[in-house]
Amino acid sequence: MLKNRHIQGWLQASPLTLILIGFLILPIITIVVVSFWQATEFSIIPAFTLENYEFLFGSPVTYKVFFATFKYAAITWALTLAIGFTVAYYLAFHIKNQTTQIALFLLCTIPFWTSNIIRMISWIPFLGRNGIANSMLQSWGVIDQPLEWLLYSDFSVILAFVHLYTLFMVVPIFNTMTRIDHSLIEAARDNGASGFQTLTHVILPLTKPGIMIGTIFVLTLVMGDFITVRFMSGSQKANVGRLISNDISLLQYPSAAATAVILLITVLIVIGILLRFVDIRKEL
Amino acid sequence: MEKKSKSFYVLTAFFGLFILFLYGPTLTIGILSFQGPGGGLTFPMQGTSLNWFRELFQEQAVGDIWGSFRRSFALGLMVMVTTVVVSVMGGFAFRKRFAGSGILFYLIIASLVIPSILISLGVGLIFNQFGLKIHWATSGFGSQLTWTLPFGLLIMFAVFNRFDKSFEEAARDQGASPWQTVRYVVLPIIAPSLIGVGLFGFTLSYDEFARTLLTAGSYNTLPLEIFGMTTNVTTPVIYALGTMTTLFSLLIIGAFLLTVWILGKRRARFGSDAGKGV
Repeated sequence: MLKNRHIQGWLQASPLTLILIGFLILPIITIVVVSFWQATEFSIIPAFTLENYEFLFGSPVTYKVFFATFKYAAITWALTLAIGFTVAYYLAFHIKNQTTQIALFLLCTIPFWTSNIIRMISWIPFLGRNGIANSMLQSWGVIDQPLEWLLYSDFSVILAFVHLYTLFMVVPIFNTMTRIDHSLIEAARDNGASGFQTLTHVILPLTKPGIMIGTIFVLTLVMGDFITVRFMSGSQKANVGRLISNDISLLQYPSAAATAVILLITVLIVIGILLRFVDIRKEL
Repeated sequence: MEKKSKSFYVLTAFFGLFILFLYGPTLTIGILSFQGPGGGLTFPMQGTSLNWFRELFQEQAVGDIWGSFRRSFALGLMVMVTTVVVSVMGGFAFRKRFAGSGILFYLIIASLVIPSILISLGVGLIFNQFGLKIHWATSGFGSQLTWTLPFGLLIMFAVFNRFDKSFEEAARDQGASPWQTVRYVVLPIIAPSLIGVGLFGFTLSYDEFARTLLTAGSYNTLPLEIFGMTTNVTTPVIYALGTMTTLFSLLIIGAFLLTVWILGKRRARFGSDAGKGV
C-alpha cells in the first residue's frame, strides 16, 4: 500500500490536513454561516437573513473604515518596502564577509521572535506628551509646545506597523538577492552601467519575487490587524479588524462574522492579484 | 579588497539607524524598568531601583502573571513539538507530488495570510456552538498551530528543495531500509533546520496574541495578561514585565542559535558519522 505515492503523501500530510480542516476550514465555514444568523442581546439565533450585510453596506462607517484600512496598508507597504529593500541590498551586496552577513541578518530578524505587544508598549516613553521625542525637540528649540500627534494618532499607528513588519520585507528580499548571480552584475558594469543603472535594471527586476512575498506578508498583516491600531491610537482610530473586535466584545457575533467575511474576501482578492506575479513554490 | 565607495558609508549609516529603530524602544523600556519607586512611565529617572521587578514577584500584586507565564511556556512547548513533527511529516509528503498536493499547498498559504482575528472568532464560535469548553490547551493550541505550521512547512520545503538525494540513494544501495534511511541519513542532515522550526514554533506561540484572544478561555496566556495590564496599570511595573519577557525570549533564541552552532561545529569536527548508525 505504501508503494502508492498518492496514499503515502496523504498519510504523511494527514496530521497537517486534519489541523487545517479543524482550525482553518471549519472556522471559516462557521463564520460564513453565522454571518447569516440573527443576534439578540444575549444570544445568536440560526436563521438565513441578509440583514447583517445590509447593515454593513448601508452604513457610511463601513466605507470609512475600509478606506482607513487600505490607507494604513498602502503607507506601511511603501515605507517597509523602501526600508526593507535598502537594508537587504546593503546586507546582500555591501557585506562581503559571510559571517558578518549572517550576524547582521540575525540582528535584523531577532525582534521577530519577541513579543509584538511589548514592542508596541516600548514606544510610549518615546512618543508621549512628556516623552523623549518631545523633550528632545523642545530642548533643541524646534518646537515650543509638545507635539500632540506623536502618540495616539495615525502617525504612531503607522510607525508601529513599520517597526513591527519591516523585517517581513527584509527577509524575503535578502533571500532573493543572495541568489542573484554575481556575474550578471559584473556584466552590467563591464557594459558601462552605472551603480544606479545596475540597481534599477538588473537587481530590482531580479528581486521582484522577494518583494512580492514581502508585500503579501505586510499587506495581510496590516489589513488583518486590530490590536496595533487599537493600542497605538488609544482607541481613537479604526480599521476593519477593530470593527470586528468591537462587535465581538458586544457579543454581536453575526455582525462580526459578516464584516469578517468581507475582510476575508478583500484580503483574498489582494493575495490573488499578487500571486499572479510570483510562484511561491519556486521561490522556496 | 576593493575600495569602499561612498554609498557603502551612506548605507552603513542607514543600517545603523535601522538597528537603532528596531532595538531603541526595547532598550529604553529596559532602562526605565529600573525607575526609582517615585518615577513614572517616562524620563527623567527618579533614581534607580529594583522596585518594579520586586512588585512583579510579590504575590498577585498585578494579576496572575506567573500563572499566565507557566501556561504560555507549556503551550509554547506543546506547539513547538507539534509544529516540528507535523512540519517534518508534511515536508516529506511534499517531496513527491500527490493528488491534491497543490490544494493543500494553497491551504498552507491561506493559513498564513488569513487575518488572525478570523481564526480566533471562528474557533471560538465552533467551540461555543458545540458546547465545548474553550481552553488554552485545546482551542488556543489549535488556533496557534494555524500560525506556526505554515512557517515550519515553508522552512521544510526550502530544506528539502536543497536536499541532495544522492545521500539517500547511497544509503539505499548499501541496503538501508526506508526507515533506516530516514532515521540515520535524512534526519541527521536536516537536524539544524528542525531546531529552526522549533524556534519558530515556540516563540511564535509564546508571543501570539490575536489567535489566542477568543480561544484561551478563562485562563490567560502571558501576552493576553500583558495586554490586559496596558489598560489598567500605569506604573513602570509593566516595563519591568516587558523587560523580563524580552530577556526570556532572547534567552530562548540564544539557546536555539547556540544549539545550531554547536551542531555545526560537531559536524565539522567529526565529519561523517559513517558506521555509527548500525
